[in-house]
Amino acid sequence: MRVSVVVFPGSSGADDVARVASDVLEANVDMVWHDEDRFEEAPDLVIFPGGLSYGNYLRPGAIAAHSPIVSAARRHAENGGLLLGIGNGFQILTEAKLLQGTLLVNRTSKFICGTFHVMTENSDTPFTRGLSKGEILRIPVAHKEGLFHLNEKELNRLEKNRQIVFRYTDPNTGESGESCSPDGSLNGIAGICNETGNVLGLMPHPERGVFAHLNGGTGAVPLWQSIAKHFSERSVLQ
Amino acid sequence: MVFDVEVLVTPRERVLDPQGKAIEKSLYRLGYGGVKDVRVGRVVRFQLEAADKNAAREAVKEMCGDILSNELVETCKITAEAAVI
Repeated sequence: MRVSVVVFPGSSGADDVARVASDVLEANVDMVWHDEDRFEEAPDLVIFPGGLSYGNYLRPGAIAAHSPIVSAARRHAENGGLLLGIGNGFQILTEAKLLQGTLLVNRTSKFICGTFHVMTENSDTPFTRGLSKGEILRIPVAHKEGLFHLNEKELNRLEKNRQIVFRYTDPNTGESGESCSPDGSLNGIAGICNETGNVLGLMPHPERGVFAHLNGGTGAVPLWQSIAKHFSERSVLQ
Repeated sequence: MVFDVEVLVTPRERVLDPQGKAIEKSLYRLGYGGVKDVRVGRVVRFQLEAADKNAAREAVKEMCGDILSNELVETCKITAEAAVI
């Protein structure tokens, strides 16, 4: 398995993602500078990591979305390749129109840093087939602009198409939705995919929920295992 | 011709603007009780070479759609005036 981690000026999560890709996914990892217009070796999975690309000038992800590597990532996704955006990476994917919606300043206007629970809403994407529907993951969150916003009509379509992949949830009551979201995301959305399910964006940081000796715990491991499973099953089939 | 362009980008009416809300609260605390609906946006200024004013405005509109604003949540007000050289 080969993973390309795209590095923009201001990406701070690239090394963490690369570490998880090599340790948990047991992948060969390429770090790819955003100015490149193609991936030298065809990746199975492309990851846009978190951080503050271009200092979030204009809007989070707005400038990064026009970097040459984004066209290569678009082609990769159009050919069915997997593309994952985490935090700022998610924001870049929405600005590049690879995913719908936009991420606004949190309802409280405060930076949120903590560990939150999300429920797996769609376990039928290449990323989540190893999870069960309703499975709850505990994943670190760190963002100021994470309020998922989309007009009502398109939001309903997203729901109907089962493009909501993760929703913030309260593990004590089992409730999920806007009231459980730390940032005020509409419908409690923490992560969505495109119509074909091969592009996933989420605001929580699953790369920070892997190693027991770090504060984030190990609650995101099942998601990485699920991704690993997708590729191991695929290689058996080939 | 060279034009002085100013693009004013503001959040759409129904979009939450916590920054505006916080400023409104502070103004209220300072005694400016009559203030309401504070919205915060940004101004982008630049010079642009174009054939005429219409062409300048069309080009800036395109820039707004491409990068300067996110039309899902923001609106752009464009002014373009012939630059005084």
